[in-house]
Amino acid sequence: MSEKFDVIVVGAGPAGTSCALTCAKSGLNVLLLERGEYPGAKNVMGGVLYRKQMEELIPEFWKEAPLERPVIEQRFWMMDKESVVQFGYKGLEWGVEPYNNFTVLRAQFDQWFAKKAVDAGALLINETVVTECIVENGKVVGVRTDRPNGEVYADVVVLADGVNSLLSKQLGFHKEFRPDEVALTVMEVINLPKEKINDRFNLEDNQGCTIEIFGDSTKGNLGTAFVYTNKESLNIGVGTTLSSMIKAKIKPYELLDYLKTHPMVKPMLAGGESAEYLAHLIPEGGYRSVPKVAGNGVIVVGDAAQLVNAIHREGSNMAMSSGKMAAEAVVQAHSRGDFSESSLNSYRDALNSSFIMKDLEKYKDAAHTFEKYPQYFNEYVPMMNKAMSKFFTVDGTPKREKQKQIMKSVTSERGTIRVIQDIYRAWKAVK
Amino acid sequence: MSTKNIEEKQYLLRFKCDTKSHLTVLDHDVCMTKCPDKLCTVFCPAEVYKWEGTRMQVGYEGCHECGSCRIGCPYQNIKWEYPKGGHGIVFRLA
Repeated sequence: MSEKFDVIVVGAGPAGTSCALTCAKSGLNVLLLERGEYPGAKNVMGGVLYRKQMEELIPEFWKEAPLERPVIEQRFWMMDKESVVQFGYKGLEWGVEPYNNFTVLRAQFDQWFAKKAVDAGALLINETVVTECIVENGKVVGVRTDRPNGEVYADVVVLADGVNSLLSKQLGFHKEFRPDEVALTVMEVINLPKEKINDRFNLEDNQGCTIEIFGDSTKGNLGTAFVYTNKESLNIGVGTTLSSMIKAKIKPYELLDYLKTHPMVKPMLAGGESAEYLAHLIPEGGYRSVPKVAGNGVIVVGDAAQLVNAIHREGSNMAMSSGKMAAEAVVQAHSRGDFSESSLNSYRDALNSSFIMKDLEKYKDAAHTFEKYPQYFNEYVPMMNKAMSKFFTVDGTPKREKQKQIMKSVTSERGTIRVIQDIYRAWKAVK
Repeated sequence: MSTKNIEEKQYLLRFKCDTKSHLTVLDHDVCMTKCPDKLCTVFCPAEVYKWEGTRMQVGYEGCHECGSCRIGCPYQNIKWEYPKGGHGIVFRLA
């Protein structure tokens, strides 16, 4: 394999495949390396794929891609032990073209997507681990793989090796991530007949629903749980920052079973059959954790670059956009014949002026704030539940009196000044 | 049926095991003397790590390759590599 390519992309997830596809469409000679048996074999996602960024790569992909359901309803639950405060939005406009987002099962989707890159001319080689970047005179010139005589050379190496990007760490682009910069998430796919899903979630065949669950779903720890509807299965999962899990000494699978047997959740799953159990880390450090993303002959994209907006559960879309932007930078660098860091930094500029870095910047303090002040999850969620219960329980108390009692119970539990501080702090973190 | 414990969950999965572990506990004495809570045995989502009184048993065959142990070990005592190409966990669905 001592051939030379224009570009080597490490990892055939959404970021890597987007990059390989875009480079191949521009006529570059692309090698796409994947360590799994097939693309998707190592990848895990809760399951929401956004239309916008995918469509920029493959117009009208929904006509042929293996998707589950277009999401027409997004629910948010603030859950206590025996109650839940709910809000959400359901709109039929999300159920017709061009759609907003879809639930997907990644093992199938990633294979389909990678095939698109192959059809465009990229060479995909599976079952290949890149063990290190080959660096000569301060420039990345290729990769060393775990195959015999497995050195391959290229003008640019794109690292799309995911949250465990050992390669960008080796290059010194970032230190090891801290436990508060990653979220450990576990999920199960639970098979359930289509009719049951439609009835339980109030859906038609080609309509999907997502539920994000805060509060008791993580036993008050910083994190969320989710239930997403596929065609004939549900994805149910829960995650918290690894640091919270360590601090609270939680076993992730026990937290998942706690969620599955929670009285607010259990009826949704009744009669279901577990089909797969998956664990994965999500890079949730946000803006401050984004490493160096371009060097001499090398670019970092997707999860490997910590491009995830945890607040809006956006990651695969940022992966795709970053992969595409990286490809555009590579194409420009190719036309200039200059693959130096300053040349490839056009990728960094593109990231900065896109929604990716703008959104990450907007929420740069959010994770830190909610980690440091856990009351939002473990105090306010139960308080909201109590308040709603009180307000809607008809017991002869006049409504104005009820409002007073609710306000009083909130301020007496947390103290008036602390409540104001909490509100201000939360607003500052997400404004 | 829906799974009730980690053994049942792990049973759902397909693994193509390598003969060599991709996870290495560097110094078992560190686990013994410095780490009373044996944190990896708690947060590992696949119960790969089991403390056996004097050493850490590493059941790498059931690893999801999530990376938590590498980042979460308070003593950086776990050497974490990727399994050989094509080996390790094979997710079939999500």
